Formats: sequence, C-alpha cells, structure tokens
Amino acid sequence: MPRRPIFLEKRGYRQRRMMDAVRLLPFLGLMLWMVPLLWPVPAGSPDPTAPTIPMSVALRYLFGVWALLILATWALWRRTRDVASGEGADHTDGQP
Amino acid sequence: MVSLNQLVAVCLMYVAGLFIVAFAAERAALRGQGGWLLRSPLVYTLSLSIYCTAWTFYGAVGYAARSGLEYVTIYLGPSLVMIGWWWGLRRLVRIGRSHRVTSIADLISSRYGKSNTLAIVVTVMAVIGVTPYIALQLQSVILSLSIFAAADVPLAEAGGDVINRGQAALWVAAGLTLFTVLFGTRNLNVNERHHGVVIAIAVEAVVKLLALVAVGVYVIWGLAGGLGETLARIDASDIGQWEVQGSRWAALTVLSGAALLCLPRMFQVMVVENDDERQLQIASWAFPLYLMLMSLFVVPIAVVGLDLMPEGANPDLFVLSLPLSQGQNGLAMLSFLGGFSSATSMVIVATLALSTMVSNHIVMPIWLALRRDGATQSGDVRNIVILARRLSIFCVVGLGYLYYRASGGSGALAAIGTISFGGVAQFLPAMLGGVLWRGATRTGALCGLGTGFVLWVFTMLLPSFGADVALSTETLEQGLWGLAWLRPEALFGIAGIDPTVHAVVWSLALNTLVFVIVSLFSFPTPLERLQGAQFVNVFDHSGPARGWTASVAGSEDLMIMAQRILGAREAQAFFTREAERQGQGRRLPEPTPRFVQALERELAASVGAATAHAMVAQIVGGASVSVQDLLAVADESAQMLEYSSQLEAKSRELTETAAQLRAANEKLTQLSLQKDSFLSQISHELRTPMTSIRSFSEILRDAPGLTDADKNRYATIIHSETIRLTRLLDDLLDLSVLENGQVTLNQREGNLRDLLDLAVTTAQAGATRPLKVLRDPQAEDIVLTSDLDRLVQVFINLVTNARKYCAADDPRLVITPRVTAQGLVIDFVDNGHGIDAGSEALIFEKFSRITGEGDGAGLGLAICREIMCRLGGEISFLLDVPGTAFRVQLPARALTAAA
Repeated sequence: MPRRPIFLEKRGYRQRRMMDAVRLLPFLGLMLWMVPLLWPVPAGSPDPTAPTIPMSVALRYLFGVWALLILATWALWRRTRDVASGEGADHTDGQP
Repeated sequence: MVSLNQLVAVCLMYVAGLFIVAFAAERAALRGQGGWLLRSPLVYTLSLSIYCTAWTFYGAVGYAARSGLEYVTIYLGPSLVMIGWWWGLRRLVRIGRSHRVTSIADLISSRYGKSNTLAIVVTVMAVIGVTPYIALQLQSVILSLSIFAAADVPLAEAGGDVINRGQAALWVAAGLTLFTVLFGTRNLNVNERHHGVVIAIAVEAVVKLLALVAVGVYVIWGLAGGLGETLARIDASDIGQWEVQGSRWAALTVLSGAALLCLPRMFQVMVVENDDERQLQIASWAFPLYLMLMSLFVVPIAVVGLDLMPEGANPDLFVLSLPLSQGQNGLAMLSFLGGFSSATSMVIVATLALSTMVSNHIVMPIWLALRRDGATQSGDVRNIVILARRLSIFCVVGLGYLYYRASGGSGALAAIGTISFGGVAQFLPAMLGGVLWRGATRTGALCGLGTGFVLWVFTMLLPSFGADVALSTETLEQGLWGLAWLRPEALFGIAGIDPTVHAVVWSLALNTLVFVIVSLFSFPTPLERLQGAQFVNVFDHSGPARGWTASVAGSEDLMIMAQRILGAREAQAFFTREAERQGQGRRLPEPTPRFVQALERELAASVGAATAHAMVAQIVGGASVSVQDLLAVADESAQMLEYSSQLEAKSRELTETAAQLRAANEKLTQLSLQKDSFLSQISHELRTPMTSIRSFSEILRDAPGLTDADKNRYATIIHSETIRLTRLLDDLLDLSVLENGQVTLNQREGNLRDLLDLAVTTAQAGATRPLKVLRDPQAEDIVLTSDLDRLVQVFINLVTNARKYCAADDPRLVITPRVTAQGLVIDFVDNGHGIDAGSEALIFEKFSRITGEGDGAGLGLAICREIMCRLGGEISFLLDVPGTAFRVQLPARALTAAA
C-alpha cells in the first residue's frame, strides 16, 4: 500500500470526512430505527389505559427516518461518488 | 367485471412482452449495443427489487392487517445493509468480481479452499430454504387468479370449483421454467451475467412498483378521502396502536438484513450481475427509496381493506380484492400484473441462482467423478453444463411445485417468507466471517452451517407444518425424545420467547459460536489460507496469489477442455489473446502459471470455482503449489545455499593454497637462482687457486734451470693455495652441513669467559699485526649451556674479522656481554671504519666480501649466521655504532638451563 500523507489539503480532508459519514450513516439509521424498542406496548402493560403510540405517529416517525436516511445517503453519494470507487478513500482497508 | 379469460389473455400478452424485452436485450448485448442501459445503475437497482416478491406485494398488506407495523422490519434491515454498503456489500462485490464468483455457494466454497463439500452443503441448504419461497410465489399467483375467478360471475355460476388450482400452478410453473431455461441458459456467459433476465426483471420491478403505488394512491385519495382522513382512519382501526414486540422488531430487522446478503437470488443480482462498484453506490440510496415506496402504502391499504372488505376476506389479497370490489377493473388488472411480476421475477432469478449452484456444485462434480478419464477425453462439457443447468431448473421449480401441492397452499404468506429467511440467514456467519476474518476455516464453516441448519429445521421449519405433520405434538410439547430442553420452541428450557425470535436467535447465535470456536481450534489447508488472505485483503491485492505448476500441462489439452466448456469460438479467442500477451504470435500460449490461473478463472465463471479447479487439476496433473511444495523448494534452496557456501569456502581455500604455492614457487625460483649464483661463485673461488696451482706446477715441471729458491718459492705458493682451497672446501662442507640441518648440537655447560679466552687466543695465533682486545672479565662470568665448540667458532670468526679488516692504526676490539630478559647479548665492537650503509644486508651472504682485501672465501659470517640460527639465537650487524659492531644474541634458555 503506498504511503499516504498524514495531512491533506482541505479538499481531500473534506472528502475523507464525507467517507467517514458514509461509514457511520448505517449506525445512525440502526439507532433511530431501534427507538421503537422503547415505545410502550399495550399487550405487555398491566394498565389498559396506559398511553400508547398511535399508528400515525409511528408511521410518520419510521418513514421520516427512512426519507432522512435516503436523503443523507443521496447527498453523500453526490459528494463522494468520485472518491469512493477510486483507491483514494480506501484507508480503512487491509485491516482484517 | 373482468373475465378470467380476459385476465389470462392480458397476462399472456404481458409475458410475451417480457419475452420480447429479454430477447431484445440479449441480442443487443450480443452485438455490444445498449451497454449504457444494461450497465446502468437504474437497471441494477431495479433488478435488486426482486427482494420484493409476491410476499411484499400481497403479503405485506396481510402482515400489516395482522401485526401492524411489524411488516416494515422486512424492509428496514435491507435498507440498513444498503446504506451501509461500504462495510459489507462493497467487499462482496469486489470479491465476486475478482474471483468470478457464480453463486453464494461458489463464494463460500471458494473462500474455504474451493471445498466442494461446503458448496454442496450450502447448495442443499439453499434449495431447502428457498423451495418454500418458490411455492409461496406459485401460491400467490394462484390465489390472485382465484380471486378473479371468484369474481367472474358467469364462470362461477357454471360450475362449482372455478379454477383447478393444481393445474393452474403447473401451468405457471411450466411457463416460468420455460422463461428461465430460455434466458438463463442461453449461454454459459462470462461471470454468469444474464442481460435478458436482468432487463426483464427490471421491467417487472417498475410494473410492481407502479401497481402498488397506484393501488395506494387510489386507496388514500379515492377511497379514504385524503391523507389526513387516512391517518385518522388508521389511528381508529384495529391496528391503530403501536404493538410490536421489541424482540421481534429487532430480530426481524436483523434477519431481513442477513437475508438480503444471503438469499441466493439477491446474491445473483447484487454480486454476480454487478458490473461496476458505482452501481452499488447509487443503489445505496436508490434501493432504500424503492423499498420505502413499496412499503409506504401498505398500512393504508390494510386499514381501508379491513374497513371495507367483508369479514373473513383474506387480508393477503387486499391489494387485489379492494380495487376489484370497488369495480376498478383496470386498477385490479394492473395490481394483478404487479403481483404476477413480483412472483415471476423472484422465481426466475431464484431458480437461476439455485440451478447454477446445483449444476456447478452437485451435478458437475458427480459427472466429473464418474468419468475418471477427465474432461479432455470425450463429450462436450459445454453441452453437459447447459443440460445440467436446465435439469436443475426443472428440479428447482418442480420442487417448488411439489411443495405447493403438498402444503395445499395453506398458511399465511408472511410465515413462509420468514422461515425461508431464517434458513438462508444461516450462511451469514460463514460468509461474513470468511470475507472479514482470515482465521475462519473450512471445518469451522461446515460445523457452523450444520449447527445453524439443524437448529433452523428443528425450531422453525418443522414446527411450521403444524403439530403431527413433521413433528408430533409430543415432541412439540415434551421435547425431542422426551427431553425437556429439546423442545423445538423452548430450547434449553427457556420458554416464553416468540417462536420466530427464538429460532432466529438460537440458530444464528449457536451457528456463529460453533463457527468461531471450531475455526479457532482447527487448522486450515494451505489453499484455504491463500484464498482466505485473498478474500480478506481483496482491496490490497486483487490479483491471484497462487500458481499452478503447469509445466506438465499441455496447452493442447487445456485448449480442448476449454473449448468444451466455453465453446470453440470463445476458447479460441481467449487462447489467442493469451498467446498475444505472451508474445507467442499465432501459436498456442505457453502453459505458464499465470495463463493456467486465468484459464481457471474463465472456466470458473461457467462451472464454478471448485469444478474449474478440479478440471484444471485433472489436466495439469496435480494440485496447485501447496505450502508443502513451497517448503520443499525452500529446503532445496537452503541446500543449494549451503552447497554454494561450501564451494565458496573451498574456492577461498584454493586461492590460499594457490597463493602459498606461488610463494613457494617464488622461493624455489630464488633458491634456484641462489644455487646458480652459488655454483658460479664457487667455481670462480675454486678456479682462482686451481689456476695458480696448475701454473706453478707447470713451471716446476717444464722450466729447466730453476733455482732452488725459485722452486721453493713456487712450491710454497702451491702449498698455500692448496691450504686455501682446503679451507674453502672445509667451510663449504661446514656450511652445507649447517644449512641442511644435519648438524648435531653437542650441548655442554661452560663459562663465557673461558670461551672468549679460547677464541681470542686462537684468533690471535700467528697474527702479524696484534689486535688489542678489551674485555670485562667480571661481566663475562656467565655460565652457558649450548654447543660451546660452535659458539667458540663464531667468536673466533668475529675476532679474526676484526683483526683482519680493522683498518685503524691501533686496532682495538671491545667485547661486552650483557644479560637481558631475552637472553645473553655479546657485542663485538672495533674501532675500524665500519661498513658502508647498504652493504650490511650483504655481509651475511655467502662469498660476500666488502672489499677485495683479505684472503677469506667470504663464508665466515654466513657460517656464523647459520650457527647462531641453530643455537636459537642470532647474529646481527649494529648500524648506529662507530666502527664495525656485531651483536651475538643467545636465547634465555641458554642461561636458565645453567641456573
């Protein structure tokens, strides 16, 4: 693997951070989509009058997150499409 | 109302359209046209949509009607996997391309040392896991048909059972088989790309999305009266509350994400049919978008369906029955086509992927094993492969059909889908472990897969048939063999978990655990390790790392085999290209390891890595270079190194010997020169007295009338010359004895003073010009052990020299003995004019006389040197002293022996 410079000019630095975002995005999605685990479930609750999450709220939340993630992925693709398929951003590779 | 016949006609037209599109795409690809479309990211993304099968199209609504939002997990998992393409998919796609992987079984087998056992296991598991899924698609098509049939009033009135479900399913299965055979096995394409199929499923993807969105839009704005109304209706409905169990939510998300990676059909379109990593990058947002659109209208349709449809209507078919019940025939038709598209595209690709696996990993190895004479001997392998693949397609679709008939088309769609997902998800540990962890071994993968598979069958597949079908009620309630901890839905006594979560968690967890532990404690074969390194470090070096020892492989044999697999034209083109690259012109390429490697990859694209490996191995006549071979080579190299170092040592020795010999030769030459000069010297020395003896004896004999005085004088001359001659001969004899080392030393003890007394007396005897010898009797009182006679001879010589050659008017000789640490030193210094600088080197040579004076033969000092050498001491000339000075040194042992 060729030696890479430790410090990059601004453009290269920005691209690397964008690739970091590409890598981190699925974890953000996972966290947001696992939020429903915290929502109260009427079946398990002893009190039938306990507040529950209406379906419309759940729908809005889940599909909102979905749209957000798609937008973010799309935006990141626009920023990184030249980098990601090249070798320039492969700095995490080769680590087993 | 749409009549069934109308529906069938539209359906057939649609299928014919698909055939035409696929055919046109194949033609275009063959002519090299339309590459922009065939390789466009859009087509790639749309082809991924075969993830959304009839299970999505019909089943999601049913799922939502039964369990609320839980259905969405099936699409959340894949969305996350696509958004996280950088972590897993990118790696898989790169490996798939660089190793020309043909299926998921090929990938796993290739990673674990091209193990065919593993490929067979994966193939069998995939067939068992996917067959219910294919049955599910048949079922959905038949169900949707029957909905139309039920609505077809005249037909319903005509006779009891409106549609022969079994027969209809058979027709659908046959049609699907035909399509798959036509477009899936047209050629053994490089890398298993099927452009016709891909284009067709892309079209179908558009149709099913359009259909579902159209139904959704109609339901929201046509039936429910707007978005706000719909949401209110949703909240007021039976599923108006969030009631998904957390464990199911998480487990199903994970399961669906795993299924996206592991489903053979997804692997086919995602990895095998991938041309470019950029496609994947675009799909990373486009495919989640597709999934979101597909699941967006599910809940409204379900809620409105529950509201409007009569009690007991199958919620799985709301997408179809809702527009139909509202008299929207066109929309219903579109919806039917959407469902039909979902089902057919899934069956086609799944069958293609499974048939590739079955033919490459089961049929071909068996065929190869049955004919031990190898692939070159007889038969056209190419035809065999295609035939095997077609047979496999028949088998897979046939199995699906049989499953459909056996299960009687019962059971909710969702349950079958989840079971199928659970089965294929068992590949995940072996696959991800294989591409991320170099320590994963074949044994580990086999054990992990086996464990996961058995648990899946026991906890998920068999109980799904219901009690007393596959598992008896006893087993379900009491556990296998009455062991309570072996209850299929409460393993290890942990009861109360949701059955799906239970099965997924236990099978995947134990699968991974066994895989990791066995991998840690087993040792991979060399080929496995090489493949592992290549897979894990695919971004570092995508090139091949192992070579064939192809020296014995005949290019012709390889050519014959390649022709039979790739086809004559392709094989010839490949060989010509390789020959040109090697610079061989029009001849066959040399079977270099690189060439055989390339050929193996080329073959692997048609028949799978393991089979290609076995075929090349048959011809090349041995496995590829193993680590043992490498070790042997290393051993040989070490031996050669040792040998060469030995040679080096020998050569150094020889050089040294040669140098010694040269030195000896030089010495000999010098000795020979010395001998020559010695002989010429000696003859000269002998000749001079001999000449005078002869002359005077002739005078005595021939000259008459000599006076007595004359006679006397001449006789005296002759006499003295004879004496000189004798002395010369004596000296020579003495020197020769000394030089040859034949002298025997006569060691005695004596006092130095006595020796010097004797020497001075002898040397002075008969001298005409007395020499004054100055001595220090005190210092001379030293006891010596040496050959005293020889020592005296040296002293006499030195004293005589001083007497003879000291040119001073008042000649004096000072003798100073000194005892030092090295031994005894005796200096003989006279007051003469000394010896010229430059001559001192010569004075010890034989016959060297500094001046012409004196009557000596010039052997005295040479004899002295020899004597001193024999006695272990030395005699030297002192330079920095006025007069002529000689120093005689005796070793310390001459003193200590006396002491």
